[in-house]
Amino acid sequence: MSRVGMERAAHPRDTPVPGAPPIQVIDLHKSFGDNHVLKGIDLTVEKGEVVCVIGPSGSGKSTLLRSVNLLEWPTSGKVLIEGIDVQDPDVNLDTIRTRIGMVFQSFNLFPHMTVLRNVTIAQEKVLHRSKADAQRVAMDMLERVGVAEKARSHPSQLSGGQQQRVAIARSLSMNPDMMLFDEPTSALDPELVGEVLEVMRGLAAEGMTMMVVTHEMGFAREVGKRVIFMDDGVIVEQGVPSDVIGNPQQPRTQAFLSKVL
Amino acid sequence: MTLNDIRPTVRRRIARVTSYVVFLALVVVVIATADWGIIVDKFFNPMVTGKMWPGILRAALNTVLYTLISFAVGLVAAVVFALMKMSKGPFRWFATVYIEIFRGIPAMLTIFIMALGMPIAFNGLKFPGGTTGGGLVGLMLVTSAYTAEIIRSGIVAVPKGQREAARSLGMSHMRTTVTVILPQAFRIVIPPLTNEIVMLLKDTSLLGIVGATMMSKELTFFGRDGMTTYGNPTPLFVAAVIYLIITIPLTYVVSRLEKRMAVKK
Repeated sequence: MSRVGMERAAHPRDTPVPGAPPIQVIDLHKSFGDNHVLKGIDLTVEKGEVVCVIGPSGSGKSTLLRSVNLLEWPTSGKVLIEGIDVQDPDVNLDTIRTRIGMVFQSFNLFPHMTVLRNVTIAQEKVLHRSKADAQRVAMDMLERVGVAEKARSHPSQLSGGQQQRVAIARSLSMNPDMMLFDEPTSALDPELVGEVLEVMRGLAAEGMTMMVVTHEMGFAREVGKRVIFMDDGVIVEQGVPSDVIGNPQQPRTQAFLSKVL
Repeated sequence: MTLNDIRPTVRRRIARVTSYVVFLALVVVVIATADWGIIVDKFFNPMVTGKMWPGILRAALNTVLYTLISFAVGLVAAVVFALMKMSKGPFRWFATVYIEIFRGIPAMLTIFIMALGMPIAFNGLKFPGGTTGGGLVGLMLVTSAYTAEIIRSGIVAVPKGQREAARSLGMSHMRTTVTVILPQAFRIVIPPLTNEIVMLLKDTSLLGIVGATMMSKELTFFGRDGMTTYGNPTPLFVAAVIYLIITIPLTYVVSRLEKRMAVKK
């Protein structure tokens, strides 16, 4: 993807290290008080890879995802984005975050703005694109996710599936190098899940680096290049979907899959 | 046949009708026993009302002006104090102490202290607008403390995901607060904010205690002075009616505004 009108802070520490993997997590631990949620996670996501994270609720999969763009600050361990240590105080975290798209379970569109404004605001305020440029990019992205005709509506006037597609368009408008999805279809009515997965499938096909926390086993099996099964704060099993989902080796994975499939 | 044999719906109807009759009887007794000649002469005297014109206009205008000025300044200060109180470090303590002090002291006392005490403390300090100006500063301090808590409650009520979404898009903490959090917080606190402005409007009546000139008098003291001048309490009632003329449309306009925003949201 081209970077339209990119004007980033020119700090050398904020620029990607050539050849470094998009996401690298090293011995990551996270505690909330006495609750030890992540117990040493090591993970590398390669460029263009689609990694699906599955596991029971409370296994730490969302916390892992949220640690990647530092919505959760690690208790110990390292997170490297394109080779940059994001916890380095000299690194401009806001700049790093523009390269990581994030899609939430609850959409989190800004309710007081139109759909179009939702997609242009960060382009204008963070990337300093002109209003015309931002609107052009926004309309392209809305077109791509199939909600261009709703540009002038407010989010509350959209269905859940449309809102989530706008949220994806909003992230894409920043031309991110990778996308994080935190249970993107869990808050949707069943008949609306398909339209969101369809957009994500398209992104994966275009080579977007994606990390997806999901309960959609069909999607994980079909689109995931790698599936990670997490339980109790650790990665229990990982590999190609046909192995992890189709023929799990670990008893905990087998127990989980027997319940959800 | 006892009372228990009557069906409950009928029994309830009888109870309701009885209560209406009793209430109506009370009203009739009060109206019948009042001396209407004296009431009209003392409280709604057209001669006195005529003499109050056009000074009452100036007083009403002052009341509105004092309300708007202290509300506007107080609101800006309140946003700053609310953000301070939600931050970490010394500002948090400063804001907490400020809010506790000015919510804990009676508004009248704060007005006194600002208008009369400050010029003594800061050797010859002169507020623009004289003692009324000083009193206004006191009113701003009080309203900013209350409004800060209102704004803070609105900020807290904005879902956490809103900030997370904005930060994920690379917006800074401050940018997120200004473009995403505060606009939503304001919508949430429109009802308590309306309440505050009505309270403030009525609290401008306290400004008279530090003395006012003919030009700076507000409604309540204009009414009280009118009562002494004409030896008739009618001016008090005229002032009361004008307060209502201001407050009732205000609450109406705000509730309309609120409905319009609810549709958008």
